[in-house]
Amino acid sequence: MSKAPATAPGAAANDAHQDSIQYVTVMIGGQLFGLPIHKVHDVFVPESMTRVPLSAPEIAGVLNLRGRIVTAINMRRRLGLPPREGSSSIMAVGIEYRGESYGLIIDEVGEVLNLQTSGRESNPANLDRRWAEISGGVHRLSGQLMVILDVERVLGRMLDQLAA
Amino acid sequence: MDDLLREFLTETNESLDVVDVELVKFEQEPNNARILDNIFRLVHTIKGTCGFLGLPRLEALAHAAETLMGKFREGAPVTKEAVSLILQTIDRIKGILAELEALEGEEPKGDDGDLISQLEAMSLAGDAAKAAAKKPAEAPAAAKKPKEESAGSLVYQVLERGLRPGEVSLDDLEKAFRETAVEVPAEPEAPVEAVAVADAAPASHQTQQGIDLVKVAAEIEARLNKQTETKPEKAEKVADDKDSDADAKGDGKGSVSSQSIRVNVETLEHLMTMVSELVLTRNQLLEIVRRHEDSEFKVPLQRLSNVTAELQEGVMKTRMQPIGNAWQKLPRIVRDLAGELGKQIELEMLGAETELDRQVLELIKDPLTHMVRNSADHGLEKPEDRKAAGKPEKGTIKLSAYHEGGHIIIDIADDGRGLNVERIKQKVVENGLASEAELEKMSEGQIFKYIFAPGFSTAAKVTSVSGRGVGMDVVRTNIEMIGGTIDLKSVAGKGSTFTIKIPLTLAIVSTLIVESAGDRFAIPQLSVVELVRVQSNSEHRIERIKDTPVLRLRNKLLPLVPLARILGVAEEGEKSEDDGFIVVMQVGNVTFGMVVDGVFHTEEIVVKPMSKMLRHITMFSGNTILGDGSVIMIVDPNGVASAIGTAVAAEVNEKEDAAKARSVDDPAKVSMLLFRAGSPEPKAVPLSLVTRLEEFDIDKIEHSNGRDLVQYRGSLMPLVYLSHTVQRRTEGTQPMLVFSDSGRSMGLVVDEIVDIVEEQLDIQVGSDISGVLGSAVIKGKATEIIDIGHFLPLAFEDWFHRKEISSAALTRSLLFIDDSPFFRNMLGPVLKAAGFDVTTCGSATEAMRRLGEGERYDVIVSDIEMPGVNGFELAEMLRRDPRFRQTPIIALSAVCTPASIERGRQSGFDDYVAKFDRPGLIASLKEFTSHEVGLAA
Repeated sequence: MSKAPATAPGAAANDAHQDSIQYVTVMIGGQLFGLPIHKVHDVFVPESMTRVPLSAPEIAGVLNLRGRIVTAINMRRRLGLPPREGSSSIMAVGIEYRGESYGLIIDEVGEVLNLQTSGRESNPANLDRRWAEISGGVHRLSGQLMVILDVERVLGRMLDQLAA
Repeated sequence: MDDLLREFLTETNESLDVVDVELVKFEQEPNNARILDNIFRLVHTIKGTCGFLGLPRLEALAHAAETLMGKFREGAPVTKEAVSLILQTIDRIKGILAELEALEGEEPKGDDGDLISQLEAMSLAGDAAKAAAKKPAEAPAAAKKPKEESAGSLVYQVLERGLRPGEVSLDDLEKAFRETAVEVPAEPEAPVEAVAVADAAPASHQTQQGIDLVKVAAEIEARLNKQTETKPEKAEKVADDKDSDADAKGDGKGSVSSQSIRVNVETLEHLMTMVSELVLTRNQLLEIVRRHEDSEFKVPLQRLSNVTAELQEGVMKTRMQPIGNAWQKLPRIVRDLAGELGKQIELEMLGAETELDRQVLELIKDPLTHMVRNSADHGLEKPEDRKAAGKPEKGTIKLSAYHEGGHIIIDIADDGRGLNVERIKQKVVENGLASEAELEKMSEGQIFKYIFAPGFSTAAKVTSVSGRGVGMDVVRTNIEMIGGTIDLKSVAGKGSTFTIKIPLTLAIVSTLIVESAGDRFAIPQLSVVELVRVQSNSEHRIERIKDTPVLRLRNKLLPLVPLARILGVAEEGEKSEDDGFIVVMQVGNVTFGMVVDGVFHTEEIVVKPMSKMLRHITMFSGNTILGDGSVIMIVDPNGVASAIGTAVAAEVNEKEDAAKARSVDDPAKVSMLLFRAGSPEPKAVPLSLVTRLEEFDIDKIEHSNGRDLVQYRGSLMPLVYLSHTVQRRTEGTQPMLVFSDSGRSMGLVVDEIVDIVEEQLDIQVGSDISGVLGSAVIKGKATEIIDIGHFLPLAFEDWFHRKEISSAALTRSLLFIDDSPFFRNMLGPVLKAAGFDVTTCGSATEAMRRLGEGERYDVIVSDIEMPGVNGFELAEMLRRDPRFRQTPIIALSAVCTPASIERGRQSGFDDYVAKFDRPGLIASLKEFTSHEVGLAA
């Protein structure tokens, strides 16, 4: 269970033996991110979220997704981005982590990309600490960069901080 | 690990637990062949299975133990050492089993030569003893022929011992075979044996292994019959009988066992989860249908709902286990402790069949064990001390369990020395938990509660058993974790009783849904005592001491915590705090009020564990999905209680305790309600008498049949004016004090309600004016203390007649017994005003307990009509006791017919006074106490 983030260069490493990986792309604060598709259980519109007082600021609340209680993480806050202007609809990506369900709240969901593993580059050295912490590398796409979102690190770090 | 081995491990562990218990029982009843047979059979099975699975170490141990037990069966004396040795062996076997499990089925290396040689030596000694005992009884010896052979083989084994220290398996296996071979021919001889047994001493009784159910049943019957004959000996025996009852049932089950199957716990858990989901879905459907009036779904949904409820119940049942499972290890523990501490301890267990959820069971196992250890170590005295105190040398620890509401109550009682208040006080001060001054104000009950504080242990020296000071607070924490509470009572010299109250199951809880700062939260009903609506202009309003909100609720000050504030979601502005609801909650010994904005309804919810991301928040115990599909957080009352700090709350609780213990005679303080009526001088009544303070609009007051009435809570309430000078207002509202008892209410109209104060009630000047008890100094002012008793008959002339009310209390020191709290509170001050030190009791049995415990009173006043033991019976009982033959007893009754007065005289009452005749009562008391002063002193 303990996929120590330190040893894995990124979630994508699990699939390193394959030539290409499929990514679900999402937009968060104008930046394109990619999540390995096998990590993504579903994409949904969060409804009637319940605030959880005293929880970590990144936690947006809890909600009922088909009978399961899902903990929603506000990815903008997680990445240190300002809250979104306006009240346009939000989306969430459902993932499983250590047997529990989480929903990452993002701005919008893009397409599914099939990318060559060889095209992945490691994080630039000067990347914001908070981003480097959760990034599993960068893909250069035509016209923009896609940061690989490492689910284990996104959630693992939060739990570590709680434990500390 | 293969299935076979896993099965073996489960089964063997279970068998060993039984052996543990049975052995301890056997030690006490060495002649009970049935117990021995049972043990023998279990150990034999273990041995056999070990051989089959190729576990030589286990087999060797089991064999050696079996051999020794075989000697017991043949009549060797059962010594404590021998039993200890076998228990030790069983522990070793358990250890090996645990390792076996950890090693995935590989038997751990190790040498058991030490134990085996001891067991063998003991067997030899047993042989010798048996041989000596055997000679005179020739007939049984003859019948025992086959056994002789196996004894012979044992000698053989002993001879070989030197040759094989440690590694034994092959020989043992062979021997096992040989013995088994012997058993078979023994069968046809059974009739002979039976005859022999009939003639011979019970010790020669020998069945080979394999339980003979018919025989066992006959034995049990015989035993039961015997017990019925000899039963009327002592109360203790009753417990024994129950035991054997349970045993008999247990044996009966043997034949039923084929009707039950083993189910993996995981399967059950999964089933439970699915049912929980089903319940949630059902709730959602119901919610939807509720919104559509004429839905055709209604009927089928109703059916679905019923079926779901039944299914839920059924599945819950599968998770239920008798609490006896958690007690199984206790007899052994107590036995070992008794040896270690040099005490004689008897463990009584009642209600072992009481069932509760296995999850809860797991969680209370350790706390229970700890508390029993505590009772044995701290509670019970050494035999010599007990003797000196006039108690039987053998101390008793009594465990009992029973259902009450949706809860299980477990009592752990010992008849030891009780808690030492002085030691606890000393320790409290040493540990800086409270100052001496604070302790002075506390009741015993409150002081006792400090033993649940972290790091608290009064054991003068730390023993290996307890006294490390990590005990009771951990116990309390564990119990509170599962939504339970723990309480204790203790009487010096008589023993202590701990009472644990726990929910039947953790999976489904009933909760109250509240709103705070725009969010909804669920509060477990278990902790909710009552709801109070507060408004800034109503009788219940929030007041502040500095910034701390408090509420006056009846006679106590309740600390308040706005839920929004404690959760850090408070919005700007105070409004939400002054208008809203207060959920009065009790957690352990802490009472506080939680301020919320709204209260919705109650809902049965299935608790789901919180995400790991949220588990650190102590304010919540879980979350769940409500009927409308939204997620709600469940507030953890324990978390909130510890967050607000327990100091304030405990203090309030103290007061409450004190009030409970001695409602009116607490010399410290009485809450008095101050008001004005008819004159500028303040008047007062004890607050505990007042049911409610009300203000009625003048136009609500109606006149009928020459008196004033208001419609109050669906019935007419007569109004009584305290005096003619009370202002009858013509507009606005009229304040009044409402007194209620047994469904009747009276409004006492006053001019103005002034204040509530806590003062020592010390009536210094008596009064001749009807309706006034006398005057006391309250808040520095002379205040008339109003005699409510005078006004009640004005409202209802039959107030005192209509119910058989009992009261008792005496002079100088006076014991007042009455089952109605109202009259206790009312007459208490009256008697006090007459110069008596009043102690009140709510029942004759309570009075008997007090008297039995050595409390002495100069006079006793008792009500006649009381539930349970009535006044006549009480008087008769007291008169029979030489200690009370001289104590004057006065009857107080609403029924004053010549016949009842005569009956009272026959029962031993010195006087018989009508309940409403207070001057008569006082006169009677004066008469008797002036007589008695010399005697009683």
